Amino acid sequence: MSDQSTPAAPLNPDGSRRTFMKQAGGFLGLALAPPFLSQAERLTALSKKVEGVSTISLKVNGTVRAIRAEPRVTLLDALREYLDLTGSKKGCDHGQCGACTVLVDGRRVNSCLTLAIMTQGKEITTIEGLAKGDELHPMQAAFLKHDGFQCGYCTPGQILSAVACVQEGHAGSEAEVREWMSGNLCRCSAYPNITAAILEAKGQMG
Amino acid sequence: MDRVDGPAKVTGAARYSAEINVPGTVYGVLKSSTIAKGRITNIDTTAAAKEPGILNIFTHQNLPKPAKTPKQIEKWRAAQSYLPMQDDQIQYAGQPVALVVAATLEAATQAAALIKVTYQADTPIDSYHDPKAELFDPQKIQQGKKDGHVVRGNPQQAFDGAAIRHEATYVHAINHHSPMEPAATLAVWEGADKLTVYEASQNVTMHQGNLAELLGMPREQIRVVTKYIGGGFGCKGSFWPHTILTVLAARAVNRPVKLVLTRPQMFTGVGHREDQEQTLKMGATADGKLVSIVHSKKATTSPWDNYTESNGKIMDMLYACPNYSTVYELARANVMTSVWMRAPGEAPGSFALESSMDDLAHQLNIDPLEIRLRNYADHDHSSGKPWSSKSLKQCYTRGAELFGWNKRNPKPGQTRRGNLLVGHGMASATYPVHSSQGTARVRLFADGHAVVEAGATDLGTGTYTVMTQVSADALGLPPEKIRFELGDTRLPTAPGSGGSVAAGTVASSIMAAAEDVWDKVVKMAVADKKSPLYKVKPTDVKVELGRMFLAKDPKKGETLLAALGRSGQPDIEGSGTGKYGAGYEEKNFGQNGADQNNDNKEKKSGGHSMHSFGAHFCEVEVDPDLGTVRITRWVGVHGVGTVLNLKTATSQMKGGAIYGIGAALMEDTFRDPNFARYTNADLAGYHIPVNADIPEIQVEFVPETDPYINYLGVKGIGELGMVGVAAAVGNAIFNATGRRMRSLPITPDKMLEALRLPA
Repeated sequence: MSDQSTPAAPLNPDGSRRTFMKQAGGFLGLALAPPFLSQAERLTALSKKVEGVSTISLKVNGTVRAIRAEPRVTLLDALREYLDLTGSKKGCDHGQCGACTVLVDGRRVNSCLTLAIMTQGKEITTIEGLAKGDELHPMQAAFLKHDGFQCGYCTPGQILSAVACVQEGHAGSEAEVREWMSGNLCRCSAYPNITAAILEAKGQMG
Repeated sequence: MDRVDGPAKVTGAARYSAEINVPGTVYGVLKSSTIAKGRITNIDTTAAAKEPGILNIFTHQNLPKPAKTPKQIEKWRAAQSYLPMQDDQIQYAGQPVALVVAATLEAATQAAALIKVTYQADTPIDSYHDPKAELFDPQKIQQGKKDGHVVRGNPQQAFDGAAIRHEATYVHAINHHSPMEPAATLAVWEGADKLTVYEASQNVTMHQGNLAELLGMPREQIRVVTKYIGGGFGCKGSFWPHTILTVLAARAVNRPVKLVLTRPQMFTGVGHREDQEQTLKMGATADGKLVSIVHSKKATTSPWDNYTESNGKIMDMLYACPNYSTVYELARANVMTSVWMRAPGEAPGSFALESSMDDLAHQLNIDPLEIRLRNYADHDHSSGKPWSSKSLKQCYTRGAELFGWNKRNPKPGQTRRGNLLVGHGMASATYPVHSSQGTARVRLFADGHAVVEAGATDLGTGTYTVMTQVSADALGLPPEKIRFELGDTRLPTAPGSGGSVAAGTVASSIMAAAEDVWDKVVKMAVADKKSPLYKVKPTDVKVELGRMFLAKDPKKGETLLAALGRSGQPDIEGSGTGKYGAGYEEKNFGQNGADQNNDNKEKKSGGHSMHSFGAHFCEVEVDPDLGTVRITRWVGVHGVGTVLNLKTATSQMKGGAIYGIGAALMEDTFRDPNFARYTNADLAGYHIPVNADIPEIQVEFVPETDPYINYLGVKGIGELGMVGVAAAVGNAIFNATGRRMRSLPITPDKMLEALRLPA
């Protein structure tokens, strides 16, 4: 796919009924809930509206790429369905499993609960951007060495979460790693191996 | 050796079924029924149709019909025989009622939400507990494949006359497989008679066969591909409605359609472990020797099928007990058909059996290990046959040593760590070596690499890795010179990943195919003047690690590649069929009559009973104020024949223990008794273990050689790791608290209730 990717499918010809409050930030979730309708209206009045399909520019793994998509497209779906970056996984689409974890400005987020349009201008790191060419990131290498996965479906999320866990300073002990990695489910249950991998990679991360 | 698919998995390069980039793909989204029983009176798609880029909205009124429905197919290979969206009837909550196809996932999802379905709802039956439910005797279970009644000796009489009698009822909650990758189908029609389906499948051959029947097409016109699968645990080894619905929709819109179940739909779309209770009566002599096991099970099944796990198998063979019986009773309810889930039968069966054994030990004041040794089965009492191999005693000994079992306080409720009650428990594990067979193809290239192919799947269990190793050894090549391909019906037919048959069967198939290559190259060499083996009798030649040599004079020989290189042929191809279990023994040891999927025939065939065995030891801490149970230590020791890759096998056994801990302590899908709908159908409501729940887990394998089971002596391990786990946890809780927990999962509310009552 080209850098300026658009999905192969025809796009929304009718964007008039969906709007989005740019810069609504963390209030969005609350603002859209019915009890907060008046607050939503207040925010809408203060915000620039984005309607229907627009161009969304995302800086993913150091490269700015543009997609034509509606504001309701999540970051996860933007990556997987619009940019063909399928390393980020959809396990639940509800922020319950962590398979979709990516780094946004260095922070681990559930990309399924993040709207793509809100991440414009931010640095997005996905699993595809972690290795330097053929050289694996120490966390990737440690997951391989310690067999920190079986099916591999939760693995990209585990690894990005693990990188952030170390950078946050939450990998001080085995118990701390376990606690701070508990937002990433692994049904094959590689947990002991994941914990071992993180404790080893911690020492090798600059 | 590290996983060969590891680099693709840690870099995000591995593409799972919904991630295959097919140009022109559009999105399918299912709408699920909100009622469990009744009929659809109206479907209003007006609002939904206004979403941008809608290609079609399918309902029972306009979805093209399949050539046959599952009910009309004689050889239907799946647990559920009901196909929704054929009429206006609703039989279970979550049943698909509409399928939207749109250009974007967002539009399809929103449109599905906007479809207004009006129902005429009837009162559903939620389970076998429901007062409206009628228990019946199915005679046969699992589509007639297994007997619903098994009797050996005179169990009731033996129980009545036993010096020690123990009777208890064990309850198991509904469990859902919950693999991290949701079920997914990407259906691509290339013309009217050619279909490719990228499916999250544990068994591409099964999916191909069922699709061929449903569509009335020849098998070879349907290709099913699964290169990577994000876990399955059984649910992706059966055929479910979403697959054929997607295929039919794709044909109707003339576009590739991708449909992924939502996480809530994963609870109503791909089966589950059924809600069930077992009553186990055990009679023993005064010194603890079993004289009788009388087992019965009640469970919920669907309105159409008689699926239930066969819990009795393990009770029939684990111990030396002369009298045994089991019987199943089922009740139809408004739920989809349940299906095999990791260690089907053995997992809940072992919970009942091994908990009762622990009670018996306590009652007789003997060590739980000792009661198991007193009842140790030197042969399989269910069939009367000798074991092909059994290392359970070694597992007990080594496990006890690693765990420090001798430091256990046998008196319950005596050990404290601060405020917490500490307990130690153990249980046995076993799983049969089922009969299976498969074919593989080996293509050895003169430049020193090889392509090895088998239509198997890799659940993450390590098929890619171990088959690469087996091929490398057979051909004398380094593993990086082997490309092992799987997960495609265009490859030679191999079994799916299920019933722990994949590793042993596919490895044996590869060895058979490699032997075919050996034979061909040996023939070339003995006819080649330049070969050191010129004019040698082919039967006098042995092949090891890619080198052919004279058996009597091993120095005289050359590599396969040297002979192939001189021939001028670019490559040479061999194929072979490998057998696993009774079929292998029959072929190699001259016995009769193996039949896959039929327990009784399997028992009679061959000369040996084939099982893997193991033992789990665990430590728990119980908070007497909160009722919480934490696992603090775990040791599992298993005898599984040849271990092909210690690293991946160890991970699989750790995963099995943790899967069992989930069932023991937290997994419980709750069906509302009034509406027969799940109330916690997502990963926030259905709790599976997270990292913080799990301590370090120690796994070891005892050395074991088994010449009877297959070419390489490999027993399956996928299911074994989970068997006995819930019992080990329950037994440790008993040791910690003096309370016997017989209802899974052992959640804090149940624990607190038990602690409130006297021990």
